[in-house]
Amino acid sequence: MRQLCKGNVALVKGAILAGCRGYYGYPITPASEIAEAAALYFPQIGGTFLQAESETAAINMVYGAAATGLRVMSGSSGPGLSLMQEGISYLAGAELPCVIVDVMRGGPGLGNIAPEQSDYFAMVKGGGHGNYRNLVLAPSSVQEMADLTILAFELADKYRNPAVILADGFVGQMMEPLDLEYREILQPEKPWAVKGTHETRGNLISSIFLESDGLEEHQRNMEAKYRRAQEAEPRYESCHIEDAEILLVGYGIVARILHSTVEALRKQGVKAGLFRPITLWPYPSKALVEAAANVEKVLVVELSNGQMVEDVRLALDGTVPVEFYGRGGGNVPSVKELQEQVLSQMAVRV
Amino acid sequence: MESKSGISTIAATTVTETQSDARLPANPPNNGEAYEILHSKSTLFYDEYSRKAEGKKQTHYCPGCGHGLVHKLIAEALQDLGEQDNTIFVSPVGCSVFAYYYFDVGNVQVAHGRAPASASAIKRSCPGRMVISYQGDGDLAAIGTAEIVHAANRGEKITVFFVNNGIYGMTGGQMAPTTMIGEKSTTSPWGRRPSNEGYPLHMAELLATLEAPIYIERVALSDGKNIMKARRAIRKALEVQRDGAGFSFVEILSPCPTIWGKDPVAARQWIADKIIPAFPLSVFRDHAPEALAVKEVEPPQRSVAEVLGIATSNDGDTTHRAEFDHRFEDVKIKIAGLGGQGVLLLGQLLIEMGMREGLEVNWLPSYGPEMRSGSAHCHVCLSREPIGSPLVSHPDVLVAMNEVSLRKFAHEVVRGGVILYNGAKLPENISIAHAQVVAIPASEIADKLGSTKVANIVMMGALLEETECLAAGTAWSVLQDKVKKLDLLELDRKALNAGRLFIDEHAHIGALDQPDGFA
Ligand SMILES: Cc1ncc(C[n+]2csc(CCOP(=O)(O)OP(=O)(O)O)c2C)c(N)n1
Ligand code: SF4
Repeated sequence: MRQLCKGNVALVKGAILAGCRGYYGYPITPASEIAEAAALYFPQIGGTFLQAESETAAINMVYGAAATGLRVMSGSSGPGLSLMQEGISYLAGAELPCVIVDVMRGGPGLGNIAPEQSDYFAMVKGGGHGNYRNLVLAPSSVQEMADLTILAFELADKYRNPAVILADGFVGQMMEPLDLEYREILQPEKPWAVKGTHETRGNLISSIFLESDGLEEHQRNMEAKYRRAQEAEPRYESCHIEDAEILLVGYGIVARILHSTVEALRKQGVKAGLFRPITLWPYPSKALVEAAANVEKVLVVELSNGQMVEDVRLALDGTVPVEFYGRGGGNVPSVKELQEQVLSQMAVRV
Repeated sequence: MESKSGISTIAATTVTETQSDARLPANPPNNGEAYEILHSKSTLFYDEYSRKAEGKKQTHYCPGCGHGLVHKLIAEALQDLGEQDNTIFVSPVGCSVFAYYYFDVGNVQVAHGRAPASASAIKRSCPGRMVISYQGDGDLAAIGTAEIVHAANRGEKITVFFVNNGIYGMTGGQMAPTTMIGEKSTTSPWGRRPSNEGYPLHMAELLATLEAPIYIERVALSDGKNIMKARRAIRKALEVQRDGAGFSFVEILSPCPTIWGKDPVAARQWIADKIIPAFPLSVFRDHAPEALAVKEVEPPQRSVAEVLGIATSNDGDTTHRAEFDHRFEDVKIKIAGLGGQGVLLLGQLLIEMGMREGLEVNWLPSYGPEMRSGSAHCHVCLSREPIGSPLVSHPDVLVAMNEVSLRKFAHEVVRGGVILYNGAKLPENISIAHAQVVAIPASEIADKLGSTKVANIVMMGALLEETECLAAGTAWSVLQDKVKKLDLLELDRKALNAGRLFIDEHAHIGALDQPDGFA
């Protein structure tokens, strides 16, 4: 059944369907509707909503709730995520599953509240200390805010690792039809959880490994699961890549604008294709290499000064020229602007 | 792990019978308390500390360290209360980071200072369990000040044991927020100077200014009598939690012989002579839980499907459907005006209509301070195909609810597009040649109908009549579903009709040659 829904609200609905019953967070634009929807819904279905005193406290509450085996989440935007980074590192180190949402806004510092994609480095490349990875998903529609959140809970449990929804202010704020169907979602057993029961009495949640060998082994085990994720989880979407001469790459809201750009270019007779990573970590590098195999040029577009473009360059490893076009501060390129970009890029080749 | 002198010479000081006796004064005063020294280790401790790398019979604490004795008192209390299978122990960062080596209960080790936050969520996730937050003074009174104050203020039903040794033990003797004035540390080499470092924090007193806590006491491990009191306080705090009464907090003045540079006996004497006078022992709070009873609104309990507004699979699809022959591939609309003019709402109504008519729709608001500063706009896309970019940079239709919006966005409108302007006529010195402009005195019309608030609905009527992008009948059914108050609904009905009528009756102002409607 279709209902109109804001992206941020759809995300909470998805979380609830996934069986999440704990939300701990602190308000921030443009993510506040997430906390507000959770505040409204969770207490009515036997869940917990708590407005924490800070994002620092919120992420450590997530840590506590996750330690008991519950599906739990928090949501924020850039500045809040900066405060959460220590906690995210602890969650990864203690191998606790949870979902964390970053509805990105302009930065650095207080920046502004307009949409950006400038937290890619912070969320995809780490941000917190130590050897760990976040599983990162990038929705580009209201429907995906719900669907990818459900997937995020599943991946978090599967790999015992934090999963991040990296959205932008537009996807969070916009309203579209949302198709949700009620279904029971099975949650895996969590024999490691600490529940204050006889059966779980021997369990310990901790990220300390005092001995060098012990810590190294722990890191190797984590690395092994990250390898498994890299094999099994990359997700992406592409269109018009079969005969493309130029490949446009973007995620989140940008992918939607690029989609319209590709359609417009095709009408003009320009053979453009689109590659849209859905998982930002693990990055769909293999698929990107295939998509770019026969193109003359790759153009990466981001609402940043160039962050994801590094992963595109790493994946393509110099086989194709990779150009970058970015806007920032809340400015978003129009289809026309991107069409012109592509045409000028294509002109350079001749 | 930070290095510190003395920690490698670990003795099984506190949780074994022989050593614990040695820690007590030679003649513990017998004041009639039923204090019974356990001659065997509490069964709440592991037999062997298998999580430790070496020395599996000994603790990692220094000889004479207060942590060991506090551990023992907590273990005995939990054992006596029969809570071993029901307890989750949250250990901090500090010398007691490894409390999970010893306590044979569920264990969660957390980040520096955040134990009260994690413990709060653990308790809320497992409401029936005993949740203990165990913290040092750097952990609780410096880096974690916010977390302890807010956990206490929320009246979390947890127990916090605050081991105050006036120093950072684990990192090797830096100043703590509880370090006394004049006391030297590695980071207060001339002694704590209030002019530079401020005054010692009195956490028990501070928390006692809050309404929610049920039980707050400060005790000291200075001598047998005070250790008895500590034992009672620890037990009482746990009973408060067991009874579900609320937040309980025990601050324990505790020796750190290693960093203090004193032997265990002298360290205890130091507490008696110097620390207790600065940190008075007292019960700061001992409330009956009823004292806090405030009448609250209970959230209703509903099913997930109900709360999410979705049908369970056998309910079928109850979405309203409306039939309309759309004469376009897509329409992009920008609606702009002042906050309070119903600009965003108008956009939402349009996409609701579009959805019911089977179109793909998207609504994107301007948000944040832009709205607070008084202006607001939104983008609306209606399309037969999935919508790519939801951004309307070049609208087919602009609804300008005020002059500022008209001036700001008119130039964006596509050639041959439509501009609907809320006003009796176009403002002076504005010329728009590329689009068809219709001036509709919507606010006046709405005012005459009874409320300027429905000016947006007047504009909606005009928009539907002028562009025929959506059916007026769908508008009416959406309004009927969304507007619950009958008098308001009636007003909306009139406004919708008035807007349509105005278009029917009035010639276009400054119109380009353009067939009616949208092709
Ligand atoms: C974020 C962070 N900052 C600093 C530290 C280093 N650190 C570890 S323990 C500690 C102080 C502990 O002192 P206290 O809480 O008084 O406990 P004690 O060791 O005296 O029992 C510090 C600063 C850390 N682990 N994490
Ligand atoms: S608190 Fe002091 S005495 Fe106790 S283990 Fe730490 S350094 Fe040693």
